[in-house]
Amino acid sequence: MANKPYSEMHLSEGSTRQHYLSYDHWLKEQPAERLSQKRAEADALFHRVGITFAVYGQEEGAERLIPFDIVPRVIPLEEWIRLEGGLKQRVRALNAFIHDIYHDQQILKAGVIPPEQVLCNSQYRPEMQGVDVPGGIYAHIAGIDIVRDDAGEFRVLEDNLRVPSGVSYMLENRKMMMRLFPELFSAHRVAPVDHYPDVLLDNLRSVAPTGVADPTVVLMTAGAHNSAYFEHAFLAQQMGIELVEGQDLFVRDEAVFMRTTQGPQRVDVIYRRIDDDFLDPLVFRPDSMLGVPGLLTAYRAGRITIANAIGTGVADDKSIYPYVPEMIRFYLGQSPIIGNVHTWMLRKKEDLDYVLAHLPELVVKEVHGAGGYGMLIGPAATKDEIEAFRRQIIATPERYIAQPTLALSTCPTFAGVGLAPRHIDLRPFVLSGRDVTIVPGGLTRVALREGSLVVNSSQGGGTKDTWVLEAF
Amino acid sequence: MLSRTADHMYWMSRYIERAESLARLVDAHYRMSLLPHDGETLALSLGATMRALHMEEPYRERYDSIEPRAVFEFVSLDREFSGSIFSCLRAARENARAVRGSLTSELWETLNSTWLEVRTLVSRNSPHPDIGQFVEWVKERSHLTRGVTIGTMLRDEAFHFTRIGTFLERADSTARILTAHQTDLKPGADAGSVPDPFEWSVLLRALSAFEVYRRVYRDVITPVRVAQLLILRDDMPRSLLRCCKEVYSNLKSVRNEHSAETERRAGEIHATLHFTRMEDVLVHGLPEFLEQFLARLRDLGDRIASDFLVPPAEA
Repeated sequence: MANKPYSEMHLSEGSTRQHYLSYDHWLKEQPAERLSQKRAEADALFHRVGITFAVYGQEEGAERLIPFDIVPRVIPLEEWIRLEGGLKQRVRALNAFIHDIYHDQQILKAGVIPPEQVLCNSQYRPEMQGVDVPGGIYAHIAGIDIVRDDAGEFRVLEDNLRVPSGVSYMLENRKMMMRLFPELFSAHRVAPVDHYPDVLLDNLRSVAPTGVADPTVVLMTAGAHNSAYFEHAFLAQQMGIELVEGQDLFVRDEAVFMRTTQGPQRVDVIYRRIDDDFLDPLVFRPDSMLGVPGLLTAYRAGRITIANAIGTGVADDKSIYPYVPEMIRFYLGQSPIIGNVHTWMLRKKEDLDYVLAHLPELVVKEVHGAGGYGMLIGPAATKDEIEAFRRQIIATPERYIAQPTLALSTCPTFAGVGLAPRHIDLRPFVLSGRDVTIVPGGLTRVALREGSLVVNSSQGGGTKDTWVLEAF
Repeated sequence: MLSRTADHMYWMSRYIERAESLARLVDAHYRMSLLPHDGETLALSLGATMRALHMEEPYRERYDSIEPRAVFEFVSLDREFSGSIFSCLRAARENARAVRGSLTSELWETLNSTWLEVRTLVSRNSPHPDIGQFVEWVKERSHLTRGVTIGTMLRDEAFHFTRIGTFLERADSTARILTAHQTDLKPGADAGSVPDPFEWSVLLRALSAFEVYRRVYRDVITPVRVAQLLILRDDMPRSLLRCCKEVYSNLKSVRNEHSAETERRAGEIHATLHFTRMEDVLVHGLPEFLEQFLARLRDLGDRIASDFLVPPAEA
């Protein structure tokens, strides 16, 4: 890695950034035993409450904790305001893009994005062509992954517009911090996040089909064995809505009903946490046991809102990502407030040549990959790994993009015996409905292994509480 | 509420109740095994109990003879046998996890902690816990779960379905325990005969009825009075009458457009027990009475399932 990463806490050795001063002062006063006792307490509590995730490929019923780090990630208010503006702008443009793609396709006609990039994308859903959705909103819940580069600039690393998860950890981490260290919250003005479920419910109700006065909203899960099941159950409970599985719903006369102990009850909005492919076995995967036969018919008839809409994946694909700044200019006539990470598209000859010549310094990602799988981190890879990846790239260059190896910013984190800097990112959750709203904060993920840049929980990442500090 | 949610609530509470009933049976027999006694009586009592609970066959696949120690371990701790206390606690927690959003967080945490603890207690790598302590702990966890349910849950449908599950299971358990121990109580049984005190006290203790019996009758234990206490006493919390009364009243609170016949049958079972005298119970003998009762209970369970919990597919 060429440059030194940006430190969230420190200006230089021994000098602390303004917004961390008071926390740092507190931290230095804490006896080591108290902190390690608090860490053990947090673990025990997370286990008892069952804040766990299932790990694919392990023994059935295996549940693991996502490691929680007690040092918060602090964002000063003025940085947050800028970030918030940039996120809203970006998600507005992404929603406009998805609407355009499933209607007039002006952005393709204008030549801003090559049509085959969109129309031949496996995430493009021809079934959605010409379908009007309430408010023209497709990505009702967006999780935008933000990183900070070595110059301290925030950049968008990835847009998650299908079924982004992690918000329950944002809420539970805050609850845990307040329980472990109540004194910190009387000493700091930390912007609250616990109203997120209310905002989410309000947002979902605002996009109900036209004419429904008091919409019934449900959250649809794949079931208790899904890796994010805790979050599904948690959000449904916090919003006071039913947590349904496909088998609980059925479609009659183009309307969706749930089976209740008092007979069928009409459903107006489905906040679904399963992928497009599994929603309706009549249209998508016929072997899906998770979906509801006929759901798409009801959807196209405008009798049900599905959040996020079907077909949003066309906008969060890594092959579309490089065009998002162009979308902002095209639809909003504005220049992007938060930039992208520079991205080489390997389907282009000159990009491919550059990347093949610089593999040991770059990060190469599969266009359709997720969860930190199927990627090459050049500086951390062995010669053999690089050569193996080179052969894959040459075979199907269009399946890959490449980015510079980012020196993700670091934040002090408990590792082994004491505190040490670890790389972090940030996933704020952007809600779009009648308005675009963001609860101040998000999920900070941290790569717990020294030097690691992979923050995904499936790859040994942990989480931190995220503070937007209103005054310091 | 969702039918599937109601189904999980119902089974969650049935499994907890079942774990408690089994713990009581093991506890009563375990205490007796510590006293100086004729080993055959204990083995007979255990054998009859295992038969009434349909556990004899899976047990025989593993062991040759009814050996108290082996029975206790099999019923309490066996990880593979789906009817063991361990498996019941796992099933209760799995059902709870499927609807954790519909439970109060206290109730969920109680069930989850029970599971995490039993998993540690019955770990493959450590010596098995002391049976006496284990069943005591299971009873405490069941009391706690019930207390948290009553103390924290909104009195809505979800609550009523957990109660229906609890009392159906309890009625079933009391009837089976009676079946195992009362086979010789026939019409014209000598009401004054002094039975085997050993076996009777096992039965009464297994139902928390030993002290109750003393309070109510202040007299020697006779089979007819025991049967009366456990079948017809309205104030005895584990009696068939009490359980059926609770099932009926909770069922009334969740009635829907299909459930009239189910409700009528529950009412009929309750009314029959309410207006029955001990002489009537003994007309055809206790075994036949209990057999009929269990059949009607099974019918009620099936009807509740199809009316509320697993409705036939629509559309």
